[in-house]
Amino acid sequence: MQIQVMGPGCPKCEETKKNVIDALAEAGIAADVTKVTDFQEMAKVGVFSTPAVVIDGEVKVVGKCPSKAEVLGWLK
Amino acid sequence: MQSKPQCACTETVREGQRRGPGMTGQLALGVLALAAWYALYSQLLPFSNWLTYSALGLAETSHLGSAIQFFVYDTPKVLMLLLLVVFLVGIIRSFVTVDWTRKVLAGKKESVGNVLAALLGVVTPFCSCSAVPLFIGFMTAGVPLGVTFSFLISAPMVNEIALVLLYGLLGWELAAIYFVTGIAVAVIAGWVMGRMKLEEHVEDWVREIRAGEANMADQTMTWSDRFRYALDSVKDIVGRVWKFVVLGIAVGAAIHGYVPEGYLAGIMGDSSWWSVPLSVVIGIPMYTNAAGVIPVVEALLGKGAAVGTVLAFMMSVIALSFPEMVILRKVLKPRLIAIFIGVVGCGILLVGYLFNAII
Repeated sequence: MQIQVMGPGCPKCEETKKNVIDALAEAGIAADVTKVTDFQEMAKVGVFSTPAVVIDGEVKVVGKCPSKAEVLGWLK
Repeated sequence: MQSKPQCACTETVREGQRRGPGMTGQLALGVLALAAWYALYSQLLPFSNWLTYSALGLAETSHLGSAIQFFVYDTPKVLMLLLLVVFLVGIIRSFVTVDWTRKVLAGKKESVGNVLAALLGVVTPFCSCSAVPLFIGFMTAGVPLGVTFSFLISAPMVNEIALVLLYGLLGWELAAIYFVTGIAVAVIAGWVMGRMKLEEHVEDWVREIRAGEANMADQTMTWSDRFRYALDSVKDIVGRVWKFVVLGIAVGAAIHGYVPEGYLAGIMGDSSWWSVPLSVVIGIPMYTNAAGVIPVVEALLGKGAAVGTVLAFMMSVIALSFPEMVILRKVLKPRLIAIFIGVVGCGILLVGYLFNAII
């Protein structure tokens, strides 16, 4: 599974990444988590508001920091 | 659970939702909360008087007494208004996403687009760290540069926090004036910048970007999702600004109690022409949000500062923030940033002089 956390590095983006990693640990799923800070990269997948989470090319959330529970919902 | 994840998870999700109150239950809860809110709100003034003058035994004319009464009354009042309004705006925001705004503005001509962008700037969820992706999103959708600027000016300047504080501390008239002139500055400054044909001052890499279409996951929200979204935004926003509110009101209370009436008429009054530009210039490097600056402004007004000067100061602090300029530097060349500050600054100056002349 490929997970991309997108954001320039504000506190909310960091929190998003932490929630994703925590959720993965709780679900016991191994995934490739990358942080995307390049705006060009974001625009390519149609993300214009941060933070955003993209799982296997599908945009799960934009403009909002998802809770750990929300991330868990996407993982299953 | 791991062996058959598909049904196991749909079941748990459903159960989780069922455990909460249903739609009618939530509505009843909302009405109840609103009634409790109102009952509490109406007791704030008598309570502050009782606490300051009866329980603490301070004289109504004393400096300390009037400062404490101001603080004890205004702090809970503003915080309660914030809770309510941020929640309601949160519900609206669950409908208005950046993506939706981008699509709405994409097909619009200038002028109509400027007005629409300024109005959408008020309700679209926006934080300054999102300014760059949002800018790219608007550019790639073919939203004219001037229209994009109308949005970028109104989004931070005219927001629910500023309006709540103005309403709570200064009355609805000033809140309305701020709203209307704020939108006007955003519309006119954006329109003027559109006329100036500044496209080549956007960084080259931004103009070369070809945006892709998002492969969006299904994000339909139920009403209980929207309530949760609004509650989250209350936790997030009020959790972030309450310190500024309390600090601002404390400073305001000190000014209220200790600075003599009319003291500021000389410096911030309408008699001196230079007070408006000076307050705009002072406002730019000040990095605080509406929550911190408005309580101070309220106290200044009470001591003889002129409305136009104070409006100009407030708008300059909130709309022209140095950190946002640093963020925008990633997509705009320095000249365009300078023009942005210049045009918005002129708009704010006009507002300042206008209100000093008519009030």
